[in-house]
Amino acid sequence: MTKVTMTINGKSVSGEVEGRTLLSSFLREDLHLTGTHIGCDTSQCGACVVHVDGKPVKSCTMFAAEADGADVATIEGQANADGSLNVIQAAFQEHHGLQCGFCTPGMVMSAAALLKDNHKPSEAEVREYLEGNICRCTGYHNIVKAIMAASGQDVSAIAAE
Amino acid sequence: MPKDGGIGASTVRREDVRFLTGTGQYCDDMNMFGQTSAVFARSTVANGVIKSIDTSAAEAMPGVLAVFTGEDFVEVGGNPAGWLINSRDGEPMKEPKRPVLAHGKVRHVGDAYAAVIAETIEQAKDAVEAIEADIEELPALVNMKDALAADHYVHDEIGTNQCFDWGWIEDNRAATDAAIKGAHHVTTLELVNNRLVPNAMEPRCSMAQYNRANDEYVLHTTSQNPHLTRLLISAFVLGIPENKLTVIAPDVGGGFGSKIYHYGEEALVLAAAKKIGRPVKWTADRTEAFLTDAHGRDHVTKIELAMDKDGNFLAFRTETMANVGAYLSNFSTATPTFLHGTLMAGNYTVPNVYVNVKAVFTNTAPVDAYRGAGRPEATFSLERVIDKAAREIGMDPIELRRKNFIKPDQYPFASAAGLEYDSGNYDALMDQMEKVADVAGFEARRKASEKKGKLRGFGVNAYIEACGIAPSNLVGVLGSRVGLYDAATVRVNATGNLSVMVGAHSHGQGHETAFPQVVAEMLGIDPQSIDIVHGDTSKIPFGMGTYGSRSLAVCGSAVVRATEKIINKAKKIAAHMLEASDGDIELKDGVFSVAGTDKSVTFGEVALKAYIPHEFPLEDIEPGLEETAFYDPANFTYPSGAYCCEVEVDPETGKVTVESMTAVDDFGNVINPMIVTGQVHGGLGQGIGQALLENTTYDENGQLLSASYMDYVMPRADDLPFYTVDHSQGNACTHNPLGVKGCGEAGAIGSPPTVVNAVIDALQSGGKSVTHIDMPMTPHRVWSAMQNA
Repeated sequence: MTKVTMTINGKSVSGEVEGRTLLSSFLREDLHLTGTHIGCDTSQCGACVVHVDGKPVKSCTMFAAEADGADVATIEGQANADGSLNVIQAAFQEHHGLQCGFCTPGMVMSAAALLKDNHKPSEAEVREYLEGNICRCTGYHNIVKAIMAASGQDVSAIAAE
Repeated sequence: MPKDGGIGASTVRREDVRFLTGTGQYCDDMNMFGQTSAVFARSTVANGVIKSIDTSAAEAMPGVLAVFTGEDFVEVGGNPAGWLINSRDGEPMKEPKRPVLAHGKVRHVGDAYAAVIAETIEQAKDAVEAIEADIEELPALVNMKDALAADHYVHDEIGTNQCFDWGWIEDNRAATDAAIKGAHHVTTLELVNNRLVPNAMEPRCSMAQYNRANDEYVLHTTSQNPHLTRLLISAFVLGIPENKLTVIAPDVGGGFGSKIYHYGEEALVLAAAKKIGRPVKWTADRTEAFLTDAHGRDHVTKIELAMDKDGNFLAFRTETMANVGAYLSNFSTATPTFLHGTLMAGNYTVPNVYVNVKAVFTNTAPVDAYRGAGRPEATFSLERVIDKAAREIGMDPIELRRKNFIKPDQYPFASAAGLEYDSGNYDALMDQMEKVADVAGFEARRKASEKKGKLRGFGVNAYIEACGIAPSNLVGVLGSRVGLYDAATVRVNATGNLSVMVGAHSHGQGHETAFPQVVAEMLGIDPQSIDIVHGDTSKIPFGMGTYGSRSLAVCGSAVVRATEKIINKAKKIAAHMLEASDGDIELKDGVFSVAGTDKSVTFGEVALKAYIPHEFPLEDIEPGLEETAFYDPANFTYPSGAYCCEVEVDPETGKVTVESMTAVDDFGNVINPMIVTGQVHGGLGQGIGQALLENTTYDENGQLLSASYMDYVMPRADDLPFYTVDHSQGNACTHNPLGVKGCGEAGAIGSPPTVVNAVIDALQSGGKSVTHIDMPMTPHRVWSAMQNA
């Protein structure tokens, strides 16, 4: 067992992990941060995306020990300080960018990473960026629309109710 | 205009807040005190005789608490098929037992033959590796045609690989044959409806607790219908009395059919929890999901369309082989029969229809209902052969469809496939589709594509489906072994807020938002004061759950009926409070008033009075304000639609891109347009996935080659376009109180033939005489078809 210490959503946490413990397992099983989901075992689905030192990472591809000393952000830390939804979360709700909600934490974390680097992504840029996040419910229409809306773009011309 | 939050409002979903903040509670997010882990030993061969299983080494491994094999469940019942299908000769279908764990034989790769319970999942996984199973591999039966011809069987005890040979409608067979024989023109098409894996993003998970103090069990599980799961476990599999078993389906991450069914893992964790006296949890990994979730589709069909010299349809005749896999899953016998054959008249006045379906056992995972369940297969066959016929006789595909549409003045319409359609207007849908998709502008867009070196195609489709399953009286005649009503309890609490307990289960459909809109509209109160309770058999009345686009049409109607009972009783209480006759009481905007006076009491005051019944006329009115209704519809509902899409094909590579997709649907009345549109989007994504990307591939040994997201091509954001969705042309359902028809599956039904028709159109525009390409239309398949044409 190895001791790891990292900052998660602004708080310092420590734990004992096996060498084989994945960051996703450490978050879910040890810290009970179950918003990070496990949807596959080949690092394809993206339901487990978190930010490590500001970069999006599929937390099932990283050992917890590798994140020792890192600054980690998960879906649980994304809302505004007063608990209200942040601009991306609010856009997902307003534009119905989620249905069952299982892929949603990864989608929101990927969207946040995209918008940090690209303040006004085009439709094609959003779609390409989301290649590593699979959603089975929405057909992606409203996810793409929500992310564009969250960047401040006018999405009223994109068909939908 | 509807008031905010009532019927017709695009109210944003309240459930979104927990999903967006990571506070949803899916099965695997929960852990119980003292919890242990289950891991299954699964067959690596498709067909084999279990000679012996030695678990002694596994039992001695660290942390191991118990090891189970199929022998431990020989005495318990089998997991049954929910529909009895009789073959054309009157013989009932073959129903081999589906055990909790395989014993005697393993019948598909992934078939579980043992399970380890250990303190941790890692220990359980390590111990599974130590199980020594001597399994003698036998030749696998993978291809349906080979299985029908084989002299060895998936289930030796039934002596055949044919489950049934079904004719619909057998009495129409001779007339259909005669119509085809005498027809001016007959178009024939052989096609494959490709095998798909539903792929809900949340893998299945089941967690059982056993309370020795009162001999009670609690099962948390990923289910679309917890009461049905409980009934199957209680009445057929383990015999646990229903009153001793609570089944809870908490937040569930998508279903698409695959979570309707009871699976052996649920029974195993229940039995294990009792044996070791501690909670037991199992969570599938994605490979297990691919290997063991019920798959969908997998039909091989020959369809013939007979027409007279003017293009009037005279008959449809089909012969289908439908794969049911290694065991009969719960809806597997209904899906290729009554959810498929009854729709084979489509939107058309065709007088003769005959459908033959042979269901075939193979050494593959069970196949069952997947989004659309039989109706996508029917629509695909019909709309592909109609398109081919239009090209053969040189008629515009839209014109040929219009010529044969049922007209608005023909409802109720008795279809040649045995259903009575209640309402619709297919020409109006087609008109709207032509308008919103700017069909008139297609030729200009084709020229623009050609300038870029691409071939552009236009594809069209009309569909009808039967939803809201269903009338128990009808499905009973058709072989269903369960009723298909639903139920709701409306509980008005003393302080005036409401808890509405429903039999439907929401796993993405937004019931927690849409159902309160209905109740709020009826009572004239704030929808935020209404909460939906679903998914827990200890809290909800006995409803049949969510599948077949039935939640609103069936369970929503039960909600309406229960709310009507609430209003009736509340009016009596208000009449007493206002010293009036209850016939004079009116309810408007949450206020009960005496007609023609200014005397009134609010809904909240009536609620409080119901629970503090001082000076209450107890001889006339019971205290309390809580009502339950069961609703069993008079008929299916019949959503319909006109879809079109435009594709570009790269002639150099065969790659197809969907440039536009338009869905115009008649869903009857719409409660929440935003949610309905989202449901269509999702179906379109899955349908385009089927048409272009997704395929479930077994090799000749029965190994699943597409068992991960590296190999099974899920549609991703950059594979799909923005969609145009329109439901302005609704014709209310005539027989349920909301006038709703159901929208959950439409997109997946209407889109696959639309895409294929468009690709064929594109290739023919490039001078290629290609008439059909099987799905998925991968670049390789399209390119090869172009080279061979």
